[in-house]
Amino acid sequence: MIRHRYLIVGGGLAGLRAAVELAGQDVAVLARVQPLRSHSVAAAGGINAALGNNPDGADDTPEKHAFDTIKGSDYLADQDAVEIMAREAIDRVIEAEHWGCPFSRFPDGRIAQRPFGGAGFPRTCYAADRTGHALLHTLYEQAVRRGLHAYEEWVALELVVAEGRACGLVAMNLLTGQVEGFVAQAVIFATGGAGRMYLRSSNALLNTGSGMAIAYRAGVPLKDMEFIQFHPTTLYGSNILITEGARGEGGYLLNNKGQRFMERYAAKAMELAPRDIVARAIQTEIDEGRGFQPPPGAQVGSGGGYVHLDLRHLGEAKINERLPKVREISVHIAGVDPVYEPIPIQPAQHYTMGGIDTDNDGATQLPGFFAAGEAACVSVHGANRLGGNSLLDTIVFGRRAGAAARRYVEGLEPAGPAGQEGAVAQVEAAVRSMQEKIAKLLRADGPEDPAALRDRLRSLMSEQVGIFREREPLEQAVAAIADFKERYRHIHLRHRGTRYNLDLYQAVELEGMLDLAEVIARGALLREESRGSQYRRDFPQRDDANWLKHTLAYHTAEGPRFAFKPVTITRYEPQERRY
Amino acid sequence: MDQALGAADTPTVYFNVQRYDPEVDAKPRYDRFAVPYEPGMTVLQGLLWILDHVDGSLALRYSCREAACGSCAMLVNGWYRLACKTQVKDLRSKEITVQPLPHYPVIKDLVVDMSGFFAKYRAVQPYLVGGDGQRAVEPASGPGAPAPEEVAPGREFRQSPADRAAFEDATICILCGACTSSCPSFWTNPDYLGPAALLKGYRFAADTRDCLAERVPLLSGEDGIYRCHTIFNCTAACPKEIPITEALQSLKRMASRRLLGGGGGGGRQAAR
Ligand SMILES: Cc1cc2nc3c(=O)[nH]c(=O)nc-3n(C[C@H](O)[C@H](O)[C@H](O)COP(=O)(O)OP(=O)(O)OC[C@H]3O[C@@H](n4cnc5c(N)ncnc54)[C@H](O)[C@@H]3O)c2cc1C
Ligand code: SF4
Ligand code: FES
Repeated sequence: MIRHRYLIVGGGLAGLRAAVELAGQDVAVLARVQPLRSHSVAAAGGINAALGNNPDGADDTPEKHAFDTIKGSDYLADQDAVEIMAREAIDRVIEAEHWGCPFSRFPDGRIAQRPFGGAGFPRTCYAADRTGHALLHTLYEQAVRRGLHAYEEWVALELVVAEGRACGLVAMNLLTGQVEGFVAQAVIFATGGAGRMYLRSSNALLNTGSGMAIAYRAGVPLKDMEFIQFHPTTLYGSNILITEGARGEGGYLLNNKGQRFMERYAAKAMELAPRDIVARAIQTEIDEGRGFQPPPGAQVGSGGGYVHLDLRHLGEAKINERLPKVREISVHIAGVDPVYEPIPIQPAQHYTMGGIDTDNDGATQLPGFFAAGEAACVSVHGANRLGGNSLLDTIVFGRRAGAAARRYVEGLEPAGPAGQEGAVAQVEAAVRSMQEKIAKLLRADGPEDPAALRDRLRSLMSEQVGIFREREPLEQAVAAIADFKERYRHIHLRHRGTRYNLDLYQAVELEGMLDLAEVIARGALLREESRGSQYRRDFPQRDDANWLKHTLAYHTAEGPRFAFKPVTITRYEPQERRY
Repeated sequence: MDQALGAADTPTVYFNVQRYDPEVDAKPRYDRFAVPYEPGMTVLQGLLWILDHVDGSLALRYSCREAACGSCAMLVNGWYRLACKTQVKDLRSKEITVQPLPHYPVIKDLVVDMSGFFAKYRAVQPYLVGGDGQRAVEPASGPGAPAPEEVAPGREFRQSPADRAAFEDATICILCGACTSSCPSFWTNPDYLGPAALLKGYRFAADTRDCLAERVPLLSGEDGIYRCHTIFNCTAACPKEIPITEALQSLKRMASRRLLGGGGGGGRQAAR
C-alpha cells in the first residue's frame, strides 16, 4: 500500500501543471509513460492567448478570445468557463515563458503569434511547429525543479471510492505486473483523450481514453462524449497531424481539379474556417469524387481518399522557419517534400471534446476526485474546439484542479484513524479483486482475439460514428458494439507473463474503449441535431430549442443512462455560425 | 517506390528481434518474424504488427509514432534510429535486425532502463533559472549582456529572434537517449554526463534568459564537458539531426572563457 496526500494520474501538460501547483505537498504523478512521452509532446501549432503581440492583432482582448471560442463551440461551451480560460490565458502563457518555454519571437523580442482557424485575431503563440514539445519539456523541467515524484510506466486500473469520496487507486506497474493500492485524499485524472478508438486518428498510439473509462465505471458521469473532433489535415496513410499552422501560414487546400474548394464552403474564412467545417468540406470533396484515390492495390495505412495541402508558394525559407516539423514528417513518412510537392491529406479523429464532467475548478460530482485536460469536459470547447485552445485548457485547468484539490483536502475534517482505516480497507479490497480479475484475464482462453476486436471497433467508429452521422448507421454501430462487448467476454491472451505484458494491458484498455464507444455512439444517436463536430445528415440543423444542453452519461450495468445539463450563458446569445 | 524490396512479388520482410528478459533468460536470443509489408510501413508499425498478431510477449516502448516523444530509439540494422521515423523501404533490405539501445541495462526485449540517463539530466539542473522571480544571482555582467528585459510587469521577457535561434537546435532534443548510448566516452566512463545532458545544459547556458551562475561550472566539472573528445558519434546517432558536438564545443568555449575571467555565470555572450 502506497500513500500520498495527492495523486495525479497522467504526466501530460495538465497533470504536470497540477503537480507544479501542488509542489511542496505530498504529491505524486502516476503515468503510463515517462512524462515526456505523453501525447502533449506532439502538439504542434500553438497556444492561444490575447497578448496582442501581432501587429494585426494589437487590439485583441480576452473578451474577443472568449467570443471566438464560444462561437467556435457552436454555443455549447459554458460561457463562464470560457471567460475564465481566456482571462487566465495571458498569465499562463507568460508564466510558461518565464519558466523557459522557447517560444518563437517577433523582431521586437515579444512572443510570436500566428493566425489560427476560427479566430478573429492572430493570437496563437507558438514555438515553431513544436509548441507541445516546448511546453511539455518546460513543464517537466519545472516539475523536476520542484522535486517531482513520479511513478513512471504505471497504469491506473480503478478509482476507489469509500463513503462517497475518492480515496485512492488500484494501479499496475507495467515493468513488473505488480498490482498495487494507492491511498490518497484527492485524486486528479489528467489522462488525456480517447482518439485511438478511431481507425484514423492523429493521436498518440496510447490515447485510448482509459482514464475516462475508469471514472465512468466509478460512477462519475461523462459529458458530451458524442462530440469528437476530426482534424481536416492529417497525412494520408499514417494520419500524422499536419498542423493547422500550415494553413495559418497561408497553405491552400486543393481538390483533384486544382480548385481551392473552400470557397464553396466558407467563402470568407476559406482554409481557416473552424475544423468541423473544413473537415466536412474535405470529406465531401472526397466522397463526391473530387479527391484523389491511391492507385489500386496501393492502399496505404488506414486507406481512404485524400486532397492536397499546397505549401509550395510559401517558399523553402518560410517552410523551414515556421513549419520544420511538417517538412520533416512529410519527407520521412510520406516521401513528399512540401517545398516541391503538395502534401496528401485527409481528415482524421483529433480531439475528444467530451470527457469527465467537471466544474470550472476541475471538481467532479465525486468529492475528492478531480479531472483536467483532454480527459475532462469543463466545458470550454463545447461542440467544436478551436485550434490552440486545448494546450491552453491543459495549463489553465490543470492549475485550477491542483489548487482546488488542495482547498478540498485542507478543508477536510482531519481524518480520524477510523476514516483512514476505512479508506485503506476499501483500497485493499479493491486490490484483491483486481488481482483476481487480472489473474483470470491472464488465464482467459476464449476464441476471440482482442487485437482483432479492437481493430474492428476502430473501423466501426471511423465508418459509422465519424464525420457524417445518420440514424441507421448509428443504430447498427450501437448493435455492433453490444456484440463486441459480448465477444470481449470470450477473449484469450497470447502472453501470460506479468513483466511488461502489453498484450494484457491492451486487453484491459479494450474493455474501457468498448464502454466509451457505447457512450459516444448512443449519445450521437440521441442528439437529433447538428452542432459543431456532431453532424447528422438526417438532422442537418442546429436545434437550440431542444438541444442547447450538455449530455451526461452515467454508467449502469445495462449501459449508459443519459441525463442533461443546461449550458451556462453569460452574455453571448447563440447566433448562427457563419465564416 | 519500393524497388529495393521488389514489393510486388515479395511483400514480406523479416524482423530479427533481440529478445531478453533478464529475470528469465540466461542470455539474449533473436526471434525471426515474417511480417507482411505494406507501402509506407515503418519499423514501429512492423513491431506492433508482431505484437498484435504473432507474439504478445514482445516488449517495446512507443507513444507518438511521429518522432516527437523519444520513446522508440533502438538499433535497427545496427544503427541508432527511431523505429517510428524509419521507413522499412529505406533500409533497403528484407532482413531487419532490431536491438535495444546499447549501454543501458535491458529490462525486457527492447525496453531499457533509462533511470541513469535521467539522473544525469537532473544533474545539470535542467530548467531555466532567472525569469520567474527566483533568480539565484544577478544576471551575467560584462559588456553587451543586458539583463533580460520584461516588456512590462507581468509580461514576457524579450528575446530577439537571433538570440532565440542561437539555441533552437538544442530545444529540439526529445531525450531519446541515442546520443549518450553511442558515445565512447560514456562507454569508458559511465559517470560522464554524456551528450544529452550536456546538450540540455547548453540549451540553458545559451538562453539569454538564464541567469544561473553555476550553469557553466556545473557542466565543466570532472564528469562534464571536457570528457567530450569530439568523436561525433552522438551527432551521427541523433535521429533529430541535432549538431550536438558543435553545441558541446560552444560549451567548452564558454567554460574556458569563464576560466580566463571573461564575465559571469550565464553563457549568453558565448551564445551570441
Ligand atoms: C498531433 C496533435 C497536435 C496537437 N496540436 C495542438 C496545438 O497545436 N494546440 C492545441 O491547443 N492543442 C493541440 N492538440 C491537442 C493537445 O495536444 C491535447 O489535447 C493535450 O496535449 C492533452 O494534454 P493532457 O495533459 O490532457 O493529456 P496527455 O498529454 O494525453 O497526457 C495524458 C497522460 O496520462 C497518462 N495516462 C493515460 N491513461 C492512463 C492510465 N490509465 N494510467 C496511467 N497513466 C495514464 C498518459 O500516459 C499521459 O502521461 C494536438 C493534438 C494532436 C493529436
Ligand atoms: S540529442 Fe538527439 S540523440 Fe540525444 S537524446 Fe536528444 S534527440 Fe536523442
Ligand atoms: S514513438 Fe515517439 S519518438 Fe517514436
